[in-house]
Amino acid sequence: MNSYFQLISRHRVLASTLFLAIFPFIMPYEALAINILIFGLFAMGFNLLFGYMGLLSFGHAAFLGIGSYLTGIGIVHYGLGWGTAILIGVIGAAIGGLIMGFLAIRTRGIYFSMVTLALGQIVYYVFYKAESLTGGENGLRGVRVDSFNILGIPVDFLNPMVKYYIILFFVVIAIWLISRILNSPLGAVMEAIRENEKRAAACGFDVARTKLLVFVLSAAICGLAGSLRALHLSIVPIDSLHYLQSGQAVMMSILGGMGTFFGPFVGAAVMLYLEDVVTTFTKHWMAVVGLVFMFFVLFFPKGIWGTILSKLQIHQDSK
Amino acid sequence: MQLLTGIALGSIYALLALGLCLIFGMLNVVNFAHGAFFMVGAFLGVYFLGITGNFWFSLVLTPLLTGCLGLVTERFLVRPLYGRGLDYPLLLTFGLSYVLIEVMRVTFGIEGLPSITPDGLSGTVNVGIGFFPKYRLFLIAATALIILGVWFLIQKTRYGLIIKAGAADQEIVKVLGVDIAKVWLLVFGLGCAIAGLSGILASPTRSVNPEMGIPILAESFVVTVVGGMGSPVGAVVAGLLVGVVYSMTSLFFPDLAELSIFVLMAVVLLIRPQGLFGKAGAMG
Repeated sequence: MNSYFQLISRHRVLASTLFLAIFPFIMPYEALAINILIFGLFAMGFNLLFGYMGLLSFGHAAFLGIGSYLTGIGIVHYGLGWGTAILIGVIGAAIGGLIMGFLAIRTRGIYFSMVTLALGQIVYYVFYKAESLTGGENGLRGVRVDSFNILGIPVDFLNPMVKYYIILFFVVIAIWLISRILNSPLGAVMEAIRENEKRAAACGFDVARTKLLVFVLSAAICGLAGSLRALHLSIVPIDSLHYLQSGQAVMMSILGGMGTFFGPFVGAAVMLYLEDVVTTFTKHWMAVVGLVFMFFVLFFPKGIWGTILSKLQIHQDSK
Repeated sequence: MQLLTGIALGSIYALLALGLCLIFGMLNVVNFAHGAFFMVGAFLGVYFLGITGNFWFSLVLTPLLTGCLGLVTERFLVRPLYGRGLDYPLLLTFGLSYVLIEVMRVTFGIEGLPSITPDGLSGTVNVGIGFFPKYRLFLIAATALIILGVWFLIQKTRYGLIIKAGAADQEIVKVLGVDIAKVWLLVFGLGCAIAGLSGILASPTRSVNPEMGIPILAESFVVTVVGGMGSPVGAVVAGLLVGVVYSMTSLFFPDLAELSIFVLMAVVLLIRPQGLFGKAGAMG
């Protein structure tokens, strides 16, 4: 059992790719699988900042939203190709992250959470008010990607399975990138900052610059999730920017296990699946999700994946 | 005239931020459910006003109930999380706000309730420079009274002395024989009662629906950040400032009203990251 887990964590990119490749077959329907893919990526981007560096942002919906809206606006209003539109979404989210990060990293702790939440609201209002571009309250409609050619082979984007694997392609690139970041010296500095910021600074690391860099990276990944979501839904709802959406990233990370590689994906899968099941019984799924979340905060702060890992760790030590 | 409107709006912000600040200053907990308590207060207030027709009665009963809700929250949900870092109580109260929103949706429906202005306080009154809604004047007076009350409690009573001492050094206070857990419990309850009170006070001026606590939470965070975390004076001054900035912008640039207060926050952060009245290094 233990050695399997070690094998998985050694080849985590390959493992997650293989798992995600068969994932749609074990889900009740493809749209849910795509949703989990996208929100898993969103939570992973968020977890880079929260789980690995200890900065609890409540404004990450801003990057999901910026990615979605810029991609959508590019396609709807400027007739861009979907590839270019994704690129613009990601770059836009990164620039947004640079600005928000610049302001937010001046503060610490709980203050940071409050500032990011408030800054996220700015982005919400900006897109809400720019009605001619974004559709305001109704959201941006008509983000259509029908079919296109890859190396001369026609691809039908409206086929859910095809859509899943195209989105998976981008998600895998992002997962690979995140894995590389975490294994690099930057990843080590991030964890040093999480454990003790003053000590990291004393060791000669530029704490402020690392924070900003990770903030931007995290924003770009969440922006990619947003771009993919716009392509998936064909519309961009204004809810994408809502602070409850930021809260979803937080909840998914906690539920799955913050600061673990697979945790956010596990969290996203559990939460969206739960949401899906609960909605068939009652429309008040928020209460159920809220209660489950509170239960985890109180009794399993390490989350599902984190608890499994630490159980195995204990097992290993006692041997 | 617009200045008065701003002050009326700002007094609600000041009250909310004061509640947040009380809890934070003492317990080191940011109550993410503060907006939800505000919303619950508004619902209960309008509900009691509807069945009894007596505004003063519901003005007393509502904060009592939200205060009790706060006591239960602290005792059973927040207390197990002390010593586990600052993020956990914050996350827990965030989850709680989800639940409270849904509970209100189940109880009162998603549309919310029509807001009622109490009989004696509807209409306008001449304030010398023009006509001004009576209710808003009452709002300003009532918040001023509450803020004075809290100030009196903290500055002039033995209880306030314990609160201040506990915020400064809880170990010493414990050694001196004060049951600090009880003080924390009461402070949390008081903060939630104030949130509920702001809810009922604000209810005639805005629509009462389950989501009403969400934007106000972000706005009261802005107030707290501008004022400086943990500073009651900062909370009040920044609350009024934010209210005035909001209503001034909505007079001249209506489209930018919501944005203006966040821009204010950004400017304050750039110049004084610790907030107007915050102590440097007091940001955790």
